Amino acid sequence: MARRVLMGNTAVAEAVRLAGVQVVTAYPITPQTVIVERIAEMVERGELKARYIRVESEHSALALVYGAAAGGARAFTATSSHGLLYMYEMLWWVAGSRLPIVMTVVTRSIGPPWGLHSDHHDALTVRDIGWIIGFASSVQEAFDMTLQAFKISEDRRVMLPAMVALEGFTLSHTAESVEMPDEKSVSEWLPPREPLPFKIEPGKAFAVGNTGPDEVTMELKWLAWRAMERSRFVIRETDLEYAKRFGLRSYGGLVEDVYAKGSDYVVVAMGAWCGDLKEAVEKLRGEGYRVGLLRIRYFRPFPWEELREVSQSAKAVLVIDRAVSIGHRGILGLEVSSAIGDRVPVKNVIAGIGGVDTGPEDFYSIVKTFIEEYESGSIEGWSIPEWYMPWMGVVSK
Amino acid sequence: MGMVYKPIDPEKEGIEDLEILSEKLLSKPSPGSAGKTGTWRLYKPRILVDRCIKCGICWLYCPEDTIAWFYRGLPSINYDYCKGCGICANVCPVNAIEMILEGE
Amino acid sequence: MSLQRLALSRIRGTLPGNPACMGCPHNIGLKIVGRVLGERAVLVIPAGCSTIISGFWPREGFDLPILHVPFASAPAVAAGLRASHEASGVDSIAVVWSGDGAAADIGFATLSGAAVRNDDILVIVSDNEAYMNTGIQASGTTMWRALTTTTPVMGKTEERKDLALLMLMHRVPYVATASIAYPNDFAAKLEKAASIRGFRFIHLHSPCPPGWRFDSDKTVYVAKLAIETGAWILWEYSGGKLSISPVSKPYADKAKRKPLAEYLKLQGRFAHLREEDIKAIEEKIEANWRLLKELERIYSG
Repeated sequence: MARRVLMGNTAVAEAVRLAGVQVVTAYPITPQTVIVERIAEMVERGELKARYIRVESEHSALALVYGAAAGGARAFTATSSHGLLYMYEMLWWVAGSRLPIVMTVVTRSIGPPWGLHSDHHDALTVRDIGWIIGFASSVQEAFDMTLQAFKISEDRRVMLPAMVALEGFTLSHTAESVEMPDEKSVSEWLPPREPLPFKIEPGKAFAVGNTGPDEVTMELKWLAWRAMERSRFVIRETDLEYAKRFGLRSYGGLVEDVYAKGSDYVVVAMGAWCGDLKEAVEKLRGEGYRVGLLRIRYFRPFPWEELREVSQSAKAVLVIDRAVSIGHRGILGLEVSSAIGDRVPVKNVIAGIGGVDTGPEDFYSIVKTFIEEYESGSIEGWSIPEWYMPWMGVVSK
Repeated sequence: MGMVYKPIDPEKEGIEDLEILSEKLLSKPSPGSAGKTGTWRLYKPRILVDRCIKCGICWLYCPEDTIAWFYRGLPSINYDYCKGCGICANVCPVNAIEMILEGE
Repeated sequence: MSLQRLALSRIRGTLPGNPACMGCPHNIGLKIVGRVLGERAVLVIPAGCSTIISGFWPREGFDLPILHVPFASAPAVAAGLRASHEASGVDSIAVVWSGDGAAADIGFATLSGAAVRNDDILVIVSDNEAYMNTGIQASGTTMWRALTTTTPVMGKTEERKDLALLMLMHRVPYVATASIAYPNDFAAKLEKAASIRGFRFIHLHSPCPPGWRFDSDKTVYVAKLAIETGAWILWEYSGGKLSISPVSKPYADKAKRKPLAEYLKLQGRFAHLREEDIKAIEEKIEANWRLLKELERIYSG
């Protein structure tokens, strides 16, 4: 077990090294570039025995990784924002072919206008495809999630690609203390990849992906959906086993519960800003408010069971979103509302888009307003999302 | 009749699903991947045995690989899959293949 | 490779009863590819005619391992396949069997990227000079003045791009052009390519009966005329030496070429051409020959 101070990007690169990845493709895009740069150093120094291929676009980055996985290798790539959008078509092809590939998405807002700071639109805009999507909120978690992603995606009960999202700059370029298991322990826990569900090799003639009856297309989608449902068990199991084996903390599976169960008021959010949100929640609890935070760790599969359970004793739920679906409401808000139904009133606040800094004072203000609105009975406004933009003169107490 | 999924035994279901997945995702090589030619063929080739010099050029250019030819042997045509394109008749150096109407 | 060896191959390449149009040149080409490259080949096929020719689940119309992939991605996927085989010590030839639309247009960046990296793949572009699978639309390699559904009255107004020469300028180890009318020449080039590692490229001329509007029995005849009128030039580049193939050599001499009208008038897509158009095309062909002859002189090995 080693303890080092690492940036988010570097921690991810270390996880890739420990996982014994065999093929890595690299295309630069801020703020993920350091991941592929670090991996280049590792490969050239002989610390990681992988084929490192510099591609000419993100579309090819995922296409090449797809080919490598189809040939039986453990493969990885990383991207952000527009890069993720550029490989959009291949995301579907990978998920539909049920190949276990791990990809890091360092979240960054999508233009126009050009921006470098983080919001969740990129990682969430690909939520329907069939990728497991995890959101890390600390550098340690980014490391743990990345390592676990290989185990989960390659599990025979799952066979789905996995995406680990970490906040651009806030996590990717921020150094924190990380505890890392050693290579030998990891290789005992994560053996070499089995070439499932198929391996393209010379001499074994079959085709993958040619045309077929509509029924088969639907059946394949159904199988992928079932696999994602099964992945809930696998994610929880892996989280516990990993913690036990390496003496690290377990986060709680699909969600992290910070005083949420049993609280009157539950705040739901995900990503790095949950650290600041926890501070606000602690302060409010200190003032006597019965409020808790349910931090979503995995957005896909969506933890609706956990949400239902936690909200059954709650009076109201607040969802703080870092992405919005234009034409409806915040993306996390939509998903939480559909999980909880009409049983509990839900308020949706949209904040931090484009990377707007939202700190503990902001969260204190947002959560306190939410509680006060509920207690004074003025919740009619909750049917549409509230945009938290204090600099525009919209003031929340 | 719909299907409601509640994984009771993820282990067992995972293994079953993997087998079904392999079957649905992969296609195996087989003649007739679009069925037999049937009645849509308009012309079909007929080999004039007396003229044939057994050179194999008709076999070489047949796009459907429906002509069986063994070195210096007489070619034979598989009418189940011949599409009647006429290339064999066109390339034959001694005009030993004629295209006749289906039904003749 | 001798006719006998081709005939005795266990792998057939194209299997009968597939959905291709009658007289399809892709089937002739893939037949040769399968029989020459045999057991070592793994295929990557981007969207195009061959996607459909591959047949319908649960059957496959080719007896080779095939990965069907999105339109623009084939060379990258093939490179990835090859990378994983290298990592596990498997001897394979990763072949991209692509159409002209996939290689010259939508997948051009991917193709160029693979060439620049000298990825260990063999790219074969079976060029029928249009987007045929979607119903005959003009592509980057469609000939000047050819009628397609997106150039239905005047014919295409732009020149075609020369894929093989573009690949040559990427400084790759092997580039060649071939034609389905000359399977022995194509087979020899495949064998040569199979013996080299790195990025190899073969541009295969594939006249399409429904697309170019000629009778299905004339596929080979039209392909031969393309060579005999000088419109398509067979050449091969390897190890610093570019040579015009023996089949095409006689037509370096303008006088030996058959009249271009013989080739063009056979195709419905050129039925509207006037004398001056045919003359213009003849001059383009002659300019092309001058370029190739000069390149042959420069790349003398």
